[in-house]
Amino acid sequence: MRRRDAVKRLLSNRKNLLVVAGLGSTAWDCTAAGDSPLTFPMWGAMGQAAMMGLGLALAQPKRRVLVITGDGEALMGMGALATIGVQQPENLTVVVIDNERYGETGMQETHTAHGVDLAGVARSCGFKVFDLENLPNAIHKLPGPNFAALKVKAEKIPLVLPPRDGALLKARFRRALLGVKADAE
Amino acid sequence: MWPEGIHRELAAAGVRVVGYVPDAGHKRLIELCRADRKMRAVVLTTEEEGIGLAAGAWLGGQRSALLMQSSGVGNIVNVLGMVRECRFPLVTLVTMRGEQGEFNPWQVPMGQAVRPVLEAMGTVVHHVEEAAQVAPVVNAALRLAFGSYASVAVLISQRLIGIKSFQEQADR
Repeated sequence: MRRRDAVKRLLSNRKNLLVVAGLGSTAWDCTAAGDSPLTFPMWGAMGQAAMMGLGLALAQPKRRVLVITGDGEALMGMGALATIGVQQPENLTVVVIDNERYGETGMQETHTAHGVDLAGVARSCGFKVFDLENLPNAIHKLPGPNFAALKVKAEKIPLVLPPRDGALLKARFRRALLGVKADAE
Repeated sequence: MWPEGIHRELAAAGVRVVGYVPDAGHKRLIELCRADRKMRAVVLTTEEEGIGLAAGAWLGGQRSALLMQSSGVGNIVNVLGMVRECRFPLVTLVTMRGEQGEFNPWQVPMGQAVRPVLEAMGTVVHHVEEAAQVAPVVNAALRLAFGSYASVAVLISQRLIGIKSFQEQADR
């Protein structure tokens, strides 16, 4: 499976989905699938993508929230899976695009290249685990927290960059979600 | 009691999400937040998670606060970069160790580094030494954070925590 195809499939017909994209390749994948104000691409804070998703899911219980991140990013914040497991947010899905590499730093192998099973960790923490086929239904309908680790080909592909001004990314997300009242908060 | 005062200020400011790493100094406040049906108290494995939690909640339109001990400040340094770059409002309430009358030498290096570390990352630091000042300072911190999209930390002096030995800490 190629990463851009997988992410494009998850974000096609995204409806009201709120998306957090983990730093690096998954942020570029989400942008390649179509930049949206309701996608928050991270350019830093490695390890925090899933927690951003939890905060968003708790604040917006009526919306579906999807975190798309990489295996290196997820490994740095593995405790977040335990924290989310305790909270059991029904509207949150975390998807790891797993190429078994640190893509931004020279394609060095991550722990998942050596047998570490992120889906197994997520299951132990209280997530329901899905494969690609059932994932769209999990993202949009099934009670979570849901998880998938999608193994993808390790490949160097052209960068597709989202805006990088953090304050802009925050403000456009809140406006698109909350309307102009977001500016008065 | 100052923990009740903090809880009243958080509730009055509309704080709905409270991230915390269990801490003896915040024991009472954590209990109050957990018992408050309007608040979602989220136990974290490391303080760093609380920054992602607070940022995500703000993206979704909710106010939050983060509770930690001074040692936890060391765990959030890099992710404070996101708070600054994105101008996320952030209120961090820190119970101090390694400060006045510390009995564990391993707490001292981080305790002494809390203020310079936070300030280096662009966080405004308020320090409280009197019980009667805790609630007013937290009130001001909440207004500064949410009114001006600022990162604000309130350091609650070890003198107010009042734990003087390992045994006393364990007994709480």
